Amino acid sequence: MHTIDFGRDFNLTLKEISKIEGAASLDIAVRNNKVVDLKFGISEWKRFYTQAIRGKNAMAIPQLVARICGTCSNAHLLASTKAIENAFSVTVTAQTMLLRKLLYYGLIIRDHGLHLYVFSLPDLFGKDSILDFDEHDELEHELLHDTFAVKEVGNQLSIAVGGRSVHAPYPTVGGFLKYPSLDDLKKVRVKLEEIRPRVINLIRIFASAPFSFSFSRSLIYNALLSSDFSFLYGNVYTSDGKVFTEEELGAHLKAVIIPYSQARGFTFDGNFMMVGALSRLNMAKEHLHERTKKDGSLGTAFFPSKNLFHNNLAQAVEMLHAVDSACDIIDGLTHVEPEPIARIKPRAGVGIGVIEAPRGTLYYMLTLTEDGTVKKGEIIVPTGQNQVLMERAIFEYTQKKLDMGAQKQELVDHIEELIRAFDPCMSCAAHFLKVRWMKA
Amino acid sequence: MVRRDVRIKAVHLRSGRSAPPAASFIKKKSRMLVNMQQKIRVGWFSFTCCEDSTIIFTELLNTHYTEWLPRLEFVHARVLKKGDEGNMREMDIAFVEGAISSDIQEEKLKKIREKAKVLVVVGACAVVGAPSNQRNFFAQENIAEILPILQKFKYKEKILKVSDVVSVDEKIPGCPMNEEAFLQVMKKYLYAHH
Repeated sequence: MHTIDFGRDFNLTLKEISKIEGAASLDIAVRNNKVVDLKFGISEWKRFYTQAIRGKNAMAIPQLVARICGTCSNAHLLASTKAIENAFSVTVTAQTMLLRKLLYYGLIIRDHGLHLYVFSLPDLFGKDSILDFDEHDELEHELLHDTFAVKEVGNQLSIAVGGRSVHAPYPTVGGFLKYPSLDDLKKVRVKLEEIRPRVINLIRIFASAPFSFSFSRSLIYNALLSSDFSFLYGNVYTSDGKVFTEEELGAHLKAVIIPYSQARGFTFDGNFMMVGALSRLNMAKEHLHERTKKDGSLGTAFFPSKNLFHNNLAQAVEMLHAVDSACDIIDGLTHVEPEPIARIKPRAGVGIGVIEAPRGTLYYMLTLTEDGTVKKGEIIVPTGQNQVLMERAIFEYTQKKLDMGAQKQELVDHIEELIRAFDPCMSCAAHFLKVRWMKA
Repeated sequence: MVRRDVRIKAVHLRSGRSAPPAASFIKKKSRMLVNMQQKIRVGWFSFTCCEDSTIIFTELLNTHYTEWLPRLEFVHARVLKKGDEGNMREMDIAFVEGAISSDIQEEKLKKIREKAKVLVVVGACAVVGAPSNQRNFFAQENIAEILPILQKFKYKEKILKVSDVVSVDEKIPGCPMNEEAFLQVMKKYLYAHH
């Protein structure tokens, strides 16, 4: 519900921001046309996963933490799996690594697809919903069709590899419980090629989007990057030229308690930070697939970019990279060999697993006892890392639009467009660890 | 309005496409008007959960939207459109996912029940409460640790499943919801009104 009392002074409340993953709210106070107070809060009700995993066997953890988030469940599944494998020094086969990448490319296509087509595209057309697109308008009809055609192929790729696109049942610590059929993968390969022109069209649309906003203060972009832009392996790079191993990342992330939010924010070495597709493209566009670089050049040309709305464009480019990389992997498969799961020998220790979730760096640290029981866990999600920047960026953007004379609903529309550009995931952000309340 | 026109024009210009033929437009329009009057009003609501059933639902739209959209109107669905839940409209069917964590959620659920002819609970958290209700089973030391949060944000002492609060007409279990069971419910109610 939006309540607006306009004039020189007014208060604006967005109780439920639509077309994002999960629930968030925003309160703004304006006096003499200046923003004097702004509170962006994550209003998801916590489910206390970091407490719930304590005392459980490590092998049960990936399927449990997948339930932190519906849309990026497979990111939680693979990050926690990585943490456990690192703790127990488990080495997986080359085939398992390829299948995990393939599963992940399916996630990137369907998750970015949901965000760009269903959440953000209506903003470009001044519409409330993708379902309001006019089927009698050739372009809108085509985009409505593209929305579901592209998402469906990401969905099918996830199902073929993982058994289901949400909370995939086949991947496990040490390998796969069930292996995909090569025939199914080859069928998806044909469909991936079919959606390729549609994804290129999406890049073209977001490359020509009229939104622009650059944050005024210095900002650190960071991401886990690899030479094949796989989202799953590599080192953590920062835009100010530093490189860390995934084990070192946690020491640089400092939690910020936000009293009116159900989730923690973070800074990177005390700086504003941003994770996600924009960070990845800003630092690693040369590692994209060669076909993506060629046919997505209209989009990649914009990076590095300080325009926060280019997070949308970066996601569209990543969708094409996911399509092209998945095609390569499937083309290279002559057979899928059912392999035994790697032998697990539990031992006491700490396991850290970092991957790039669709919305940015996802960090798992699990402390395990000698019989493989979780003693404690730390989960740091992308939306938490972006939350401090998001609030400040909304503050600046609101003031900018006020200075330009934005009125009533227009101001609300602008703010929601910026929030959507971050692609926040509130279900992830509010899983929670612990809180120390700041004194007012 | 100006802003909207400019954006559409901008995209059109870059696409280099022309408008569709007038005859096909009129034919489709008349068909749509007939269907508009028969549309079933649907609401989709999420409480405490990971919203996995919402994701399954948006993926099912991939292959069912041409069948469903002429037959239903989403009056409330935050994942698809702006919310207006402060002014909740009457619904033929309300789908509810997630467990109930607070009095605010309980009140909203009761309001949904008042406004909906049929209430369908989807996914494990709504149907049985788990896994979102895991704090109900925490040891005392874990409860003590999270107690300041529970008190500050006014959580309920125990998380409830939907049927603990309101009467339920259909249950679609699963984590996420079972797709086949959901499709059966859609079939049952989408065609029952015609």
